[in-house]
Amino acid sequence: MADAIETYPVPVLDPFKGVKKVPLEEYFTSGHRTCQGCESALVMKLMVKAAGPRTIVLGSTGCMYVANTTYYSTSWVVPWMHTQLGSSGSAGLGTAAALKVLMRKGKIPTEPINVIAFCGDGGGADMGLSAISAALTQTEYNFLILMYDNESYANTDIQLSGATPWGAHTTFSPPGKMKRIMHRRWKKNVAGMLAAGHPECKYVATVCASYAVEMMNRVRKGLSIGGPTYIHSLDPCPKGWDYDPIQSHELGEMAVNCGIWPLYEVENHTLKLYGRSRGLAEGRTRRLPVREYLNRQGRFAHFTDDDIDYFQSKIDEMWTKWLVPGVIPFASDLRNDKVPA
Amino acid sequence: MAQVREPEVALADTEALISGSEAIAVACKLADVDVITAYPIRPYDTVMQYVAKLVSNGEMDCEYIVAESEHSQFEIVKHASAVGARVFVGSSGVGWMYAFEALTVTPGLRIPMVAMVGNRALDDPGAFGVEHNDALAVRDLGWMLVWVDTAQEALDTALLAWRIAEDRRIFLPCAIGCDGAFLTHSQSMVKIPIPEKVKEFLPRYDRGDLRLHPDNPITIAPQANEDWVMEIRKQNDAASRRAPGVITEAYADFERIFGRKYGNPFFEEYETDDADVVLLGMGTMSMPVKVAIRKMRKEGKKVGFVRLRWFRPFPTEALQATLGRFKAVGVIDRDYSFGSPYFSGVVANEVRTAMYSAEKRPPVVGFICGLGGREVTVPAVREMTEMTFRAASGERLTDTYWIGLRE
Repeated sequence: MADAIETYPVPVLDPFKGVKKVPLEEYFTSGHRTCQGCESALVMKLMVKAAGPRTIVLGSTGCMYVANTTYYSTSWVVPWMHTQLGSSGSAGLGTAAALKVLMRKGKIPTEPINVIAFCGDGGGADMGLSAISAALTQTEYNFLILMYDNESYANTDIQLSGATPWGAHTTFSPPGKMKRIMHRRWKKNVAGMLAAGHPECKYVATVCASYAVEMMNRVRKGLSIGGPTYIHSLDPCPKGWDYDPIQSHELGEMAVNCGIWPLYEVENHTLKLYGRSRGLAEGRTRRLPVREYLNRQGRFAHFTDDDIDYFQSKIDEMWTKWLVPGVIPFASDLRNDKVPA
Repeated sequence: MAQVREPEVALADTEALISGSEAIAVACKLADVDVITAYPIRPYDTVMQYVAKLVSNGEMDCEYIVAESEHSQFEIVKHASAVGARVFVGSSGVGWMYAFEALTVTPGLRIPMVAMVGNRALDDPGAFGVEHNDALAVRDLGWMLVWVDTAQEALDTALLAWRIAEDRRIFLPCAIGCDGAFLTHSQSMVKIPIPEKVKEFLPRYDRGDLRLHPDNPITIAPQANEDWVMEIRKQNDAASRRAPGVITEAYADFERIFGRKYGNPFFEEYETDDADVVLLGMGTMSMPVKVAIRKMRKEGKKVGFVRLRWFRPFPTEALQATLGRFKAVGVIDRDYSFGSPYFSGVVANEVRTAMYSAEKRPPVVGFICGLGGREVTVPAVREMTEMTFRAASGERLTDTYWIGLRE
């Protein structure tokens, strides 16, 4: 059945060698209504700049749908279509399947067309996880799923999601007189889960738009490697995280430098930490204490010293106890496991 | 699996003993469907088992995707259709309800899609048998809804459904109601047309300037809010209003090309010419009803039957003209609408609404029968007919009557 697993051609998208090599053309332009300092809007802009004009973008419900596509003032230069909150995986899959079959049957010219389906953390880490997981097993179709993770349902008034950090103040987890910490769940390790759980998926990466060229090159890799791929972007959100919008970039850098957001890619089953995260893993650079990162954000303003210590201890675990630091949260002791005699 | 293979070049229509589900799978092959998504739930899923065999045997060229839920199943084909692929999908009972969000947005997006609903009772309590509440749940959303009676009609109606749904004047999804077990799993002889005729009947699906492609960079389904939503809804309404004309056109072409006549596309009339009263219902209940009518006719009772095919668009004027000829109408619902006017089924209240502005308004008696796949028996049909005759003689029967109910 070799014929059955053929896909249409993928584009050649070599990495940009430095910011000066990035094209000037924009495919996500004016007309949107995102907040001042919105990092996710930058992610949209860089994502589609990296992909180029022969791209179809599917956007699931969330900030980047509601704010970006006001009727008659769309900010998308490339074709764009809304998909449901839990449907980014299905949207990417269905679009890619149609392109594939229409090209095979000669109904449209055969050419590389990028398909990107994006979702927020609510759409990806919560409701759409099942569809994304299914989509990542569909190796006959080429598409990228990009999650812009601003760590809450930010469009609907900042409610906690499966990707909201422990203890954060959201409108569904307000600190009160009896309970200081309402949100007692640790953030899901979505990229690690998707990389580990889908052995045929050729590319999973985490990115942060504070490192824009690195981020764009990961998008280019995800689109050109073939098959379904996944990129997870951590996006500081001035409204949801409660900080001065001027600090968005800096907070992204701090998230990486304190180790709470490891940057890595799993390319053809090979894990590689990159950027500052690599230095942290190799012990070349020291992790920034998380206290500085937390103190910048109003959503953690109710934290006591004990809360901060607990938070720090969880991050320490990521780097000292996890089987694959920052990626796979099994205890390192597994390495010493021996088959019973 | 029955025989559906044809010689390389079929010169004439063939005939095969196949089920309603298989008939629709054959229609998928004839229509050269591009993308099909499957997810298991009884009884509709038999259609996907046949599709899977057609694909694995190389008899059909399509993207056949097994989804991880009905929601994804319907979302995948929705997006495929937006790119310009002809699609087929289906479900039953609570599976259809699981896809409800996708079902909601599809007509709003003006996406043509043909879905088979193997009608099944909604859980709980569990029942595999037929009830029409699953498909009827989308009746307000812009879906076209058609109920079929036989495997032949299932095949023919599927071809019609793509033709109508993909007509630029319509661009709406169409669901084909197939009664669980009675049609999905029952075999009968079906004439399978040669592909050339299908090609002539069914033009290529062309989304034109609405297709999603880098050559046509449009934004689909933006945030419209109160500024424009009402105007966009009105466009959907206009498409629904155009549907009866497009349906009539398609059936006329169907008759010309395939030589099979359906007469009035919207409903079938049986023994109505001289009838005093008629029963009205949808789907496979027509068989026991027709058997009972033949028996009662021998006893001199002038009763007929109207089998409604197209529930959306609802054939208001045609039904007014037809039902106005009778002294009373008994509507048999294989569904329920708890708390509705008269505590009726859905069809009875639609018929009442349609008749309200008619010149001649016979009394309408509402019956609920055959729920959960329970048989609609000949004695039950007799009982409903007798009550309809009593209404014709002036007795006020304004409640809704559950027939075949155990004490």
